[in-house]
Amino acid sequence: MSANQTIQAPAPVSPPKPAEAATREGYGKALAELAGDPRIVVLDADLSKSTMSYSFAKAGARDRFFNLGIAEANMMGVAAGLASCGKIVFASTFAIFATQRALNQVFQSICYPGLNVKIGATHAGVTVGEDGATHQAIDDISLMRGLPNMTVVVPADFTEARLFTLAAVEHEGPVYLRFGRAKVPVIYGDDHRVRIGQADVLRRGADVTLVACGVMVAEALKAADLLASEGISAEVINCSTIKPLDAETILASAARTGAVVTAEEHTIYGGLGSAVAELLGEHLPVPLQRVGIRDQFGQSGTAKQLLEEYGLTAPHIAAAARAVLARKGG
Amino acid sequence: MPPRVEAANRDYADLEEKARLLRRHVIVQTAAAASGHPGGSLSAADIVTALYFRVLRGLDPANPRNPDRDRFVLSKGHVCPVLYAALAEKGFIPREELMTFRKLHSRLQGHPDMTKVPGVEASAGSLGQGLSMAVGMALAAKLDGRSYRVYCLLGDGECQEGQVWEAAMSAAHYKLDNLVAIVDRNGLQIDGPTEEVMSLGDLVAKWRAFGWHALEIDGHSFPEILAAFEEAAATTGRPTAIVARTVKGKGVSFMENAVEWHGVAPNAEQRDLALAELGGV
Repeated sequence: MSANQTIQAPAPVSPPKPAEAATREGYGKALAELAGDPRIVVLDADLSKSTMSYSFAKAGARDRFFNLGIAEANMMGVAAGLASCGKIVFASTFAIFATQRALNQVFQSICYPGLNVKIGATHAGVTVGEDGATHQAIDDISLMRGLPNMTVVVPADFTEARLFTLAAVEHEGPVYLRFGRAKVPVIYGDDHRVRIGQADVLRRGADVTLVACGVMVAEALKAADLLASEGISAEVINCSTIKPLDAETILASAARTGAVVTAEEHTIYGGLGSAVAELLGEHLPVPLQRVGIRDQFGQSGTAKQLLEEYGLTAPHIAAAARAVLARKGG
Repeated sequence: MPPRVEAANRDYADLEEKARLLRRHVIVQTAAAASGHPGGSLSAADIVTALYFRVLRGLDPANPRNPDRDRFVLSKGHVCPVLYAALAEKGFIPREELMTFRKLHSRLQGHPDMTKVPGVEASAGSLGQGLSMAVGMALAAKLDGRSYRVYCLLGDGECQEGQVWEAAMSAAHYKLDNLVAIVDRNGLQIDGPTEEVMSLGDLVAKWRAFGWHALEIDGHSFPEILAAFEEAAATTGRPTAIVARTVKGKGVSFMENAVEWHGVAPNAEQRDLALAELGGV
């Protein structure tokens, strides 16, 4: 083969994969953008490379970044003290430690006085993967939702993670931001806009409403495709804010479709499914099925394997939709 | 020596009088509420008096959020009767309001609520959390280049909470020399003497081991209390812990060193006895 002979590269055999990114990366990106804001202080408890909170320091705000070591209870109190002096504080650690290890501190030192602390909780749900049950927060939404004054946000993708982090800065009072470790599909483009408390109807449908949050939003969209191939028209709502719940959007959709499925990477007790069940039970009882973890602990495995293992994939959502449609009758 | 005693009386008579008033308020509040925690309120009364009437700078009832004010964090929130008493005597709340302590819709909750009462710097009750908040306040002062100081009062039993030592570690790590922890070492907790319930051992040594400047004083001696705060202010590069030896129930004979007066209010008869011992109005 002569040196000057040009070789044509073979054409790609498969289409390019859709963009994927972890929601924690969206959090880190937003914190880096916020590094120039003197009101903001970021704390972490020895996990700043994993939570990506360190991006705030790296972007130039080293003097407003404090590592508190492996002491989450103290971190939440320090956050409260800083906030009482006018700072907007992001306190970061894994979701399991932020909510369970420091629950009483979040309750008393942050929520009771309604202080301006944003809990950036990463590594939520079973998609933590190989670390297993001890590191997989499956009840954090439930714990945070029960706290008066607390706002609970579960961004669906990288774009939302970034936008809701920025939105939390302008929101007065405590906010719980739930992020994941694993790379998940990017659903939204740069033109997406978010507002805390507002759900987003991603896809219009007439037969059944799929209400999802976090990683399950992408699965709900896939489930809607599966259902469409069977002639079932599913509406998909991304319910990023679990508290306060966007009752208007959910009730309007449920009134039209008459059947609801919820989907969350969380126990079925106390999370999105419970919130929607409470809403429908009081205002518009229609058949409801909850997709979520059914009263059990997680385990080691890949994120993908675990979503399958715990029934958190598009086929599971589609099956739940068929079940509520059967109950809805004709 | 008589001249020194006279000097002491002259220098501290105002504080002795304020402490007496605070103790009366504690008795009246808890009796009116028919609940509350008189024992630890009385043991802390002299420390709180010294802080509010000699040490804390920038307190202004007309501007309770003055950003340059010194902060006092009551971590042992159950002794809020003595804090409410100090705030009433400083003019932050009306004295008459003390009678609403622990009543429905009162600002004076059973444990202090910083959003309700002007002058209350931290919501507290569940023990072990105040020092962490104080660390946050002291960090904020450093960040903002402000010269205010932060004082945190803890119970000795409270030092059994692990979070206290997490906070202690972080305060030393960040060299918070604008932070002072005072431990009300009255030796009693709800279930009995601290050393029987869960030994605290050498508290001064513990604070030192955590990187603090630490000293032990008589928590009922104004000269010692004020000297300790001066020593703290002169200490640079690290926070100061003052372990203040006190008597639970101090000032009311039948409450002194009596564990049963931790969380029980005096009845009308006991209130009158206590007020008679404390004297005057």
